[in-house]
Amino acid sequence: MKIRKGWKWLLFPMVAALLVATFLLVGCSSNITGTITENGSTTVQPLAEKLAGAFKAKNPDVNVVIQGGGSAVGITSVNAGTVDIGAASRELTSADPPLVKSLLARDGIAIIVPPSNPVTNLTKDQVIAIFSGNITNWSQVGGPNKAIDVVAREEGSGTRTAFQDLVMGKALIKADAILQSSNGALKMAVSSDPQAVGFLSLGYLDSSVKALAMNGVAATEENAKNGTYPIVRLLYFLTKTQPTGIVKDFIDFCTGPDGQKVVAEEGYITIN
Amino acid sequence: MSRYFIDRNAKYLVLACASISFIILAAIAIFTLREALPAFQHVGFIQLIFGTTWRPTIGQFGILPMIVGSIAVTLGAMILAIPLGLGCAVLLAEVAPHRVRQLLRPAVEILVGIPSVVYGLIGILLIVPLVRQVGGSGYSVAAGALVLTAMVLPTIISISEDSIRAVPRRYKEGALALGATHWQTIWHVLIPAARSGITAGIILGMGRAIGEAMAMIMVTGNAVQIPTSPLDPTRTLAGGIAVEINYASGLHQSALFAIGVVLFILILVINSIAILAIRRGRRAQDVC
Repeated sequence: MKIRKGWKWLLFPMVAALLVATFLLVGCSSNITGTITENGSTTVQPLAEKLAGAFKAKNPDVNVVIQGGGSAVGITSVNAGTVDIGAASRELTSADPPLVKSLLARDGIAIIVPPSNPVTNLTKDQVIAIFSGNITNWSQVGGPNKAIDVVAREEGSGTRTAFQDLVMGKALIKADAILQSSNGALKMAVSSDPQAVGFLSLGYLDSSVKALAMNGVAATEENAKNGTYPIVRLLYFLTKTQPTGIVKDFIDFCTGPDGQKVVAEEGYITIN
Repeated sequence: MSRYFIDRNAKYLVLACASISFIILAAIAIFTLREALPAFQHVGFIQLIFGTTWRPTIGQFGILPMIVGSIAVTLGAMILAIPLGLGCAVLLAEVAPHRVRQLLRPAVEILVGIPSVVYGLIGILLIVPLVRQVGGSGYSVAAGALVLTAMVLPTIISISEDSIRAVPRRYKEGALALGATHWQTIWHVLIPAARSGITAGIILGMGRAIGEAMAMIMVTGNAVQIPTSPLDPTRTLAGGIAVEINYASGLHQSALFAIGVVLFILILVINSIAILAIRRGRRAQDVC
């Protein structure tokens, strides 16, 4: 009797667990209408979240789901049809699938150091020399006699790709650079290491780090906007085909005056 | 009727439950291999494993620096964690009074449950600046090894303590009766007798160390280079996957799965050694 009693309470959870596990293995997919999904570049992510919030305030019935992942994830997901919109913070290359680009905003990339570093300006050649490993001490660029800790983003990152194209050109970022896997992690690493230098999306700048001027031009929104600050890239929303329905409504909202107001508020540069 | 029905079919039910875990393992192995295949085909197995340059954006996929990085932080952690863990296990099993043990044992067990990202955070705030005082940027093999030490200690302590306690009482009594001191008994009788369990604990700890991704990303600096000093930044295999998977596509993504295959094999080997060690220990105890 005792054994049978023991069996009975065990039986139900066992069968239940078995069913759950089976469902998980088989996997199930569902599609809810009235929802827009977006993922991709972590540079675009905070902006997309604010834009989604503003869009929802106007259209309370539409749900916009924003996720990160990185530019490559955005490109792959939108091409595979798992999201409606992919976000990219780099140009599409011939290796990428053909997608429809909607210019969302522009973004400057700032060269950052911790606020304690006395250096305020670097030339483009100095930046290239530092990141490729030819200049290794702050005294070589007018700073204290301390080694330079180069902090960069990981291979494949949109910000790294843009920095490589816009600044480094043919030169490669040195192999022993410290790599962080998001804008936020990079900012934290630079702000906590007095010898560090890194590059960061303008939209992420705050008082924990100091943006250096490049060739004497301060890394500010105005300078990026009027074209004097040289490191500026384009941010895109990608769709598989010409956007239609609520996806088109959302993209039109983002590229229109209301959306561009949000873009400016978040520290990115508007498209006009 | 239902009683006999259940009775007759119970074995199929438990069999189904057991197969689920096997199916999951097989699915992971097959999927990882399938995704990694393009990288093995395009780059070549040897070139992939022994290549020293990792620049996926220009098509260079050498994961040797990450293999070396993983081994370096794991070895470093083991060098620190084995003596510390064994000492703590001896204290808990033999030396500490009952009340001290009642306090220490749960503390050690709670350590196991702390999420690795928390270890990573503490690493960034505490260990990395500490290592920076010695030299370099602080993001380094040494920082990785120190954080891993804290993470594998509880595994080594609890398994070692259990196996020291499992040594038959007559061994200890015999040693003491022969005039050995308590310390001599511990060192020459108990630890050798518990050797296989201690080995298993160390190897399981090693498995945890080599598979750790999050904490390692946060403190090792992730530079893909073969470290020449403990103060150099490095990247581990698991960390390498986690750092780049967000941005990877095409062959790059496949190469990350290839890293997964290498990691899978490494952990398979480590776990097999652990199982062998435990089995050998059991047989040795049966003979006595």
